[in-house]
Amino acid sequence: MLSYLGKRLVGAVFVLAGLSVVIFLIARVVPGDPVRMALGPQAPQAVVEDLRKQLHLDKPLHVQYYYWVSGAVRGDFGISLMTNRPVTADLKEYLPATLELVLFASILHGLFGLILGIVAAAYSDSWLDNFVRVFAYIGVTTPGFVFAVLFMLIFGYWWHLLPVIGRIGYGVTVPPTITGMMTVDSLLTGNLPAFADALKHLILPSVALSMGAMSQEARITRSSMVENLNKDYIYMSVAQGIPRRIIMRKYLLKPSLIPTVTVFGLGCASTMAGAFLVELIFNWPGFARYGITGMLMKDLNVISATVLVVALCFVVVNIIVDLVVAYLDPRIRLQ
Amino acid sequence: MTSPSLMAHKTGPTVQRRDVLRRAWYNFSRNRLSVVGLVIVLLVVLLAVIGPYIAPYPGHAKAFVDFRNSNQRPSVRHWFGTDYIGRDILSRILFALRSALLMGVLVLAIAVPVGVVSGVVAGYLRGSLAEMVIMRVTDIFLAIPAMVLALAIASVLAPNLRNAMLAVTVMWWPWYTRLVYGLASSLRNEYFVRAAELTGASAGHIMFREILPNCLAPIMTKITLDMAWVIMIGASLSFVGLGEQPPIPSLGNMVSDGAKYMPDQWWMTVFPAIAIMLIVLPFNLLGDGIRDLFAMGEER
Amino acid sequence: MATAEPLLDVRDLRVSFRVFRGTLSVLDGVTLAVRPGERVGLIGETGCGKTTTLRAIMRILPREARVGGGQVLFAGRDVLSMNAGDLSAFRRKGASLVFQDPTAALNPVFTVGQLLDEVIKYSQGRAMPAKERRAVAAAALRDVALPDPARILNSYPFQLSGGMRQRVCIAMAIGVNRELILADEPGTSLDVTIQDQILRLISDLVAKRNVAVVLVTHSLGVVRETTDRVYVMYAGSIVESAPVKELFRAPLHPYTVALLECIPKLSGERISQGIPGSMPDYLHPPRGCRYQPRCPRAEEGCAAGRPPMREVAPGHSVACYRVAAQGGEDR
Repeated sequence: MLSYLGKRLVGAVFVLAGLSVVIFLIARVVPGDPVRMALGPQAPQAVVEDLRKQLHLDKPLHVQYYYWVSGAVRGDFGISLMTNRPVTADLKEYLPATLELVLFASILHGLFGLILGIVAAAYSDSWLDNFVRVFAYIGVTTPGFVFAVLFMLIFGYWWHLLPVIGRIGYGVTVPPTITGMMTVDSLLTGNLPAFADALKHLILPSVALSMGAMSQEARITRSSMVENLNKDYIYMSVAQGIPRRIIMRKYLLKPSLIPTVTVFGLGCASTMAGAFLVELIFNWPGFARYGITGMLMKDLNVISATVLVVALCFVVVNIIVDLVVAYLDPRIRLQ
Repeated sequence: MTSPSLMAHKTGPTVQRRDVLRRAWYNFSRNRLSVVGLVIVLLVVLLAVIGPYIAPYPGHAKAFVDFRNSNQRPSVRHWFGTDYIGRDILSRILFALRSALLMGVLVLAIAVPVGVVSGVVAGYLRGSLAEMVIMRVTDIFLAIPAMVLALAIASVLAPNLRNAMLAVTVMWWPWYTRLVYGLASSLRNEYFVRAAELTGASAGHIMFREILPNCLAPIMTKITLDMAWVIMIGASLSFVGLGEQPPIPSLGNMVSDGAKYMPDQWWMTVFPAIAIMLIVLPFNLLGDGIRDLFAMGEER
Repeated sequence: MATAEPLLDVRDLRVSFRVFRGTLSVLDGVTLAVRPGERVGLIGETGCGKTTTLRAIMRILPREARVGGGQVLFAGRDVLSMNAGDLSAFRRKGASLVFQDPTAALNPVFTVGQLLDEVIKYSQGRAMPAKERRAVAAAALRDVALPDPARILNSYPFQLSGGMRQRVCIAMAIGVNRELILADEPGTSLDVTIQDQILRLISDLVAKRNVAVVLVTHSLGVVRETTDRVYVMYAGSIVESAPVKELFRAPLHPYTVALLECIPKLSGERISQGIPGSMPDYLHPPRGCRYQPRCPRAEEGCAAGRPPMREVAPGHSVACYRVAAQGGEDR
């Protein structure tokens, strides 16, 4: 198990190193002069040259990469031309909000995707199965931002059920920043009204984000359970007289969960990607909104930091997914 | 896992072709949803082709302003209403269908061959330097959500449809590399490949004449399902302004423009949103049908 | 004349499968009986419906299968119409099936100990504490001649060899006391020497415990040595049954005769050297006797209707018009 983990970690470092090259190259293929673009056409040439020097843009490409990557390793991504602050400081401020959103959405899609899939498999070909199928089709065929806009319209503007802007309402005592996640901080400080309000703000964006992944997970869970139901090892358990509920819960579920876990990892990735649009829509002051704004303003330091942070998140998620799969599947764990 | 297509490939091409087709259609049509999917796909393609000719107000897909008719509710004259400068939403959706489908087709037309070729090469030449390089590069691209990197790439280029396609294409081929790599590396041990090697067939012949035809079933399935994905990502890019630029309509930029006028002028958002769902859905239905088609055993 | 009430009495069992091309009538009226403690062999070509018969008895047919008629009486009660509780009791204490492919039959993500423990828990009643169950499991593994049970209990199926997996399957079926074992070509996927060991292991165990067994196998040598009575199956029904010695000495049905003639090799589809022609298509089975198109002794009358089983000598029945017409003077 430990050597398995070790192998994953080495692979992860390799992938991150490769990604840093890709990201660096993307940031340098930008047509036009990023400095000129940031400063505007009126800025005097001397100022442009100064900034260019400051950003090491006058050096050859590999030297630029060295500066950038050695900074990134130390957690220094340079200055954001958009906010005029160190990118790292911005990240520290905005990242918790996105983590809160994406974690909550991932709990939602993991939990409900699994439940829907199991229910559909247990009652396959019944009306419940058909209901889940239709639900999942709607889920996989609708981009997160469309859900976001429609939810906002229906539950926010028409029915006034839930708030649609930001993380917390006016007039609510904002909890002090401990983890940076409003719901957690308000609970930690025992501020229940703030917790309820933050939770309410969290619902629409996180549900909109989780729909796609939830549907994929429900589908894969159902299909792998139905497929495994026809395997000899299940017939063997049935022929041994083991009660159906135990077969379903134990002998069918465990092998069937393996593909679900893999899809869950992909689901977390699509949830994070979806946040780039959904945060914009709900005006969620998070890292993804910061990133997409930086992208739209061609703020190169922000762009490369954003992509690298997302990559780092996914390297971690993938390792966790691999470990869970290894836990479930002894063939991988013990090879 | 022996692929069912293996048998289809090895069956004489003329002997049972009719029977194979009949069985294929039977398997496909058993799932009524996939037939529905096929019908809607054909309809959407037809609409995209003739859309500009049947659109009630073809001029509204360009820079056009008619303030007297702005913010009109859906009516007989404007089925889906008009936008904030008086353009007919239905006409704009019909025009936008084209670029949405075009995005899917062009991205896959480039990404699939690149991914497939690199996958076959890496899979057949296991242990070679080529495999190492291809698969490590693939790992790097697959380590990050495709949309995030596509957003980043599109954002540093000039915002337009071509660059959006380019960005998505760059992110898309590795999925095919990984898929075909897995298939090819298991097929390379099959007897028909060994036999071809013994008769002295070239590596190129083995990769593209022996192995590749037997990978087609999963590739076809993935292409169909990916049409849906690429259209969704394309819509997402244009939603944030990194695709087709105004005044040219795209489904994504119509949703984002309309969202500013919610909730009162809801039709500006709702109809383009439904249009996105309606063109993405049938590709999913169809893809599932194709998957079932190939997954069915000989006897089922 | 039965000396005792049969333990298992399968009467006119019919099973069909719905497939793309139509409906395959795979079991077309199977009738067989097993008395308590009796060792019965069931032989026939691959694809003749032996596995389907055993699975129909356990009621574990796949979804596309339909039981079209007949009865499976176990100790006088019809398994096919049992409710869930009785069916479960029948499977826990009455009969159990040894699957053909041990690799497919063992759940890949549980240890042998976990799998065996569950079987013991439900066949012995819940009262047994975990420690005792583990002792029973270890004993069951020792019974099937597996060395080092402690290690095997902690192993996953993929860590064991094919022969060991097969023994584990046998332990799950026989390790707990049951009255009837249905063994579906045990060891076919293994090499011949191990297969032989496995078959001998089963016959020793059933002899020791006085358990009845239905042994499906292609090894006629094993059938001859280890069974009391033999059923010969062809294309979905029983064509001949006789005490083992009599069958090998004086086979009556033309199919049995042909089958015994190719004793050295009897496996897989490559039987055509021995018996001309191949198994009939279950979608459009031949009219009348299903063997008639391949039968060297077929006459016009053979296609007229299904030949019924007739007892031509004590305990020796055969379903063939030609044999019935000529009676014992055939040989």
